[in-house]
Amino acid sequence: MPTAAEPAIAVDQLVKVYKATRAVDGISFALEPGSVTGLLGGNGAGKTTTIAMIMGLVTPTAGTVKVLGAAMPRQRYQVLHKMNFESPYIDMPHRLTVRQNLKVFGRLYAVEDLKGRIASLAEELDLTEFIDRPTGKLSAGQKTRVALAKALINSPQVLLLDEPTASLDPDTADWVRSHLERFREEHGATVLLASHNMAEVERLCERVIIMKRGRIEDDDTPQRLLVRYGRETLEQVFLDVVRGRGEAREAAQ
Amino acid sequence: MSAHSTSAVTLAPHRVGAMVLRYLYLLRSSWTRLVELVYWPAVQLFVWGFLQLYIAQNSGFFARASGVFIAAVLMWDLLFRGQLGFSISFLEEMWSRNLSNLMISPLRPIEFVSALMIMSLVRLAIGMVPVTFLAIAFFGFNVYSLGLALAAFFLNLILTSWAVGIVVSGVLLRNGMGAESLAWTLMFVLMPLTCVYYPVSVLPDWLQVIAWTLPPTYVFEGMRALIMEHVFRADLMVEAFALNALYFAAAVIAFLALLNSSRRSGSLLQTGE
Repeated sequence: MPTAAEPAIAVDQLVKVYKATRAVDGISFALEPGSVTGLLGGNGAGKTTTIAMIMGLVTPTAGTVKVLGAAMPRQRYQVLHKMNFESPYIDMPHRLTVRQNLKVFGRLYAVEDLKGRIASLAEELDLTEFIDRPTGKLSAGQKTRVALAKALINSPQVLLLDEPTASLDPDTADWVRSHLERFREEHGATVLLASHNMAEVERLCERVIIMKRGRIEDDDTPQRLLVRYGRETLEQVFLDVVRGRGEAREAAQ
Repeated sequence: MSAHSTSAVTLAPHRVGAMVLRYLYLLRSSWTRLVELVYWPAVQLFVWGFLQLYIAQNSGFFARASGVFIAAVLMWDLLFRGQLGFSISFLEEMWSRNLSNLMISPLRPIEFVSALMIMSLVRLAIGMVPVTFLAIAFFGFNVYSLGLALAAFFLNLILTSWAVGIVVSGVLLRNGMGAESLAWTLMFVLMPLTCVYYPVSVLPDWLQVIAWTLPPTYVFEGMRALIMEHVFRADLMVEAFALNALYFAAAVIAFLALLNSSRRSGSLLQTGE
């Protein structure tokens, strides 16, 4: 188990090779407990593969990943009950109602007072109106709230989010961000957020890791990135990095 | 047992129960899934049962072997649907793109497999018990009159079903939905070799050797011996069980190897596509 000074997530020289493709190419970073970090990168940058290795879904080709002191995936059962994940690219059984899905996952995570926890999540995430409706019959925004409820059901110490507000309308997306801020303040969870939404990353994240072609191109706070690149928005910084203008721009500053 | 045991080889009742609950909710939500469990075994029963009646009216041999075709079709359905019930429950996770959610939860592979085995039995009970009563009502054949022998037949058939289901699930994990057809068709490869409707002696010598490597062959031979000669061949059941133990262990090892391979290849990220 981690000591008080140990990072919540520690990635060291992590590599993942699929046949001839180096999806992740020797990245290293450490996330402090209670921090919120954004993982930015274009399509194919290696964000999803990195998160998958942190969760133990994918075995690294080289390097190490530790979550709360446990090596992933070898020691994953030491910590999986303290982690959770949300992504619009994985689903929950459509024919089960929201309540049934939360019951199943609550039991998998051995959540105490599951009935109370589901009621509390239903109130916090405004699910009560459709909690007994089949998950497949919900709108995209409702499904996202349910996916978030499932990701928070075990009050995780480590929360991994892969584009949590993708394809949501601005109102719902803002609602989700507010709830994530509140969750993190109340529970002190460590959050790693992969996103294409720069405004979301600027708002939620204390630190931003920018990936390109499997490597970390930059790693700093949003504010310092803006100063170093002489830009007004994180999107401009991101474009500088992914288009290869990063170093020249930084040098000019 | 702690709810948060850190061992990979643990069997927590609440996690197994959670998965069984998931599949029971699904069955409850869909009357078509429930009807499907019963209607196809019923159709098979009627086809083979009426065939047996026709043959028995024209052949003294089959008049003496009353029930052998019906028993064979019931046992074949048990074997086939035992595996299908296992595999369909697994496929539900891939169809619903829920597999990643399960793989990042504390659910252990052995718990997942246990839940799938339980659901295989539940689905069999829902589908086959009514059909056994149809067999009594329409053809006067009472499979329960086989007594304790039925338990021996059932045990050996379900172990084979589960072994096949476990391997198919592993292949699906590693190769994705492209391997789905295996779940529906693999058992049919065994059908001619396990001698469901005819004795092993009908096969050419070289095929008999292969047939005797398959546990269900012993069950169907034992079933024919019981019904036609009124002899319970306990030796056949013991041999079948020994083979089943070997194949089941091999299936579990293969499943874990395929699961590890799917982690290395990244295919767990692509399930449902």
